[in-house]
Amino acid sequence: MTTKPLKLRELAKGEDRFVHGHRMCSGCGAPIVVKQVLMATDYPIVASNATGCLEVSSCIQQFTAWKIPWIHSAFENAAATISGVEAMYKSLVKQGKLEDRNVKFVAFGGDGGTYDIGFQSLSGAMERGHDMLYVCYDNGAYMNTGIQRSSATPFGANTTTCPAGDVIPGKLQQRKDLTKIMAAHGIPYVAQASPANWMDLMKKVQKAFEIKGPKFMNVISPCNRGWRSKTNDAVALARLAVETCYWPLYEIENGVTKITFKPKEKKPLVDFLKPQGRFRHMFNPENEWMLKQAQEYVDNQWERLQKEAAFFGGEEKAEEK
Amino acid sequence: MSKKYWETLPQGSVVLEAGSSAKFKTGGWRSMRPKWIEENCIQCMFCWMYCPDMSVKVTAEGKRAEFDYDYCKGCGICALECPGKKGNKAIVMEEEGK
Repeated sequence: MTTKPLKLRELAKGEDRFVHGHRMCSGCGAPIVVKQVLMATDYPIVASNATGCLEVSSCIQQFTAWKIPWIHSAFENAAATISGVEAMYKSLVKQGKLEDRNVKFVAFGGDGGTYDIGFQSLSGAMERGHDMLYVCYDNGAYMNTGIQRSSATPFGANTTTCPAGDVIPGKLQQRKDLTKIMAAHGIPYVAQASPANWMDLMKKVQKAFEIKGPKFMNVISPCNRGWRSKTNDAVALARLAVETCYWPLYEIENGVTKITFKPKEKKPLVDFLKPQGRFRHMFNPENEWMLKQAQEYVDNQWERLQKEAAFFGGEEKAEEK
Repeated sequence: MSKKYWETLPQGSVVLEAGSSAKFKTGGWRSMRPKWIEENCIQCMFCWMYCPDMSVKVTAEGKRAEFDYDYCKGCGICALECPGKKGNKAIVMEEEGK
């Protein structure tokens, strides 16, 4: 199958595979991520879902927003579930009981179900080499249960389990760099994407589906409830995350790092932090060190990523929009 | 919708109808209403791409049509992302019921 051309008008003629009527919050980033992932390809897709906002609000009783076969079993095993489905499919095709229709297998999980709770099953599925794509929509906390910190929560963020107050000024640890951890599994394709750069995201999905073996994508997904921002700025914040290099867009294909989008001008991190209420306390005079530390961390990570990309022959400048 | 009892439900928590959430209309959640001003629209389709609720209708030719107010939750992402024509936005948010 040839890859689908990514022209907005052509794409708009297609049928949605994730439909309206789901009960995600107004202005949520996750449905944008899911629709872009499913839109990028015409392959038949089977998806599994870790427990999380996306799962509980896209399939309630007899109402499902999915137009693809979709399975949910528990919080911690989205990757194990889809790897089982994939193994079953392969076996049935081998036995001649099923015609091979080039079905693609995708698992969706939030950052809680990927970074923390689902990590062992994800790591296992990747190590076993199942032909699947795992998409993590990272909103940086357990938003579904009311904003508890996860290992994806950025430094300084105020959550209900690390509340900013007299005792601590928000989360004191840096976030875990899961994209790099997945790359360390030695899988053929790992990428980081943002729904604001839809072309980049969809190209990465297309690329992933053409590669055999385990693939992982980490996608930022703004949450206006947890991030304490406005309902209309999900895409704007996803863009700011990229432009401040808090969330650089890159891919690691067979161990080769490539930056797929380099902002013309790297914006200061405060541009990303300021619109979010979860970082409000960091702007108090006594917490100035936090802003400095957060900026330093982002600078170091970005510097390091650029060095890695340069080691493999520089970065390619991807066209925007 | 009529009440379902366990005898009539499919076994194993299976949903047999794909995309059945379309029967559940979320338009009632909206407090702000997006308004499309066609003469300022350059058909960039960004509103369609970024809508989290798949509430921007598209014609058979792939052109932008009216909002689907049955499902639009009024988040306003479309209005913020709309580039408009010569600085005039093609989507503006209005208070619901005005």
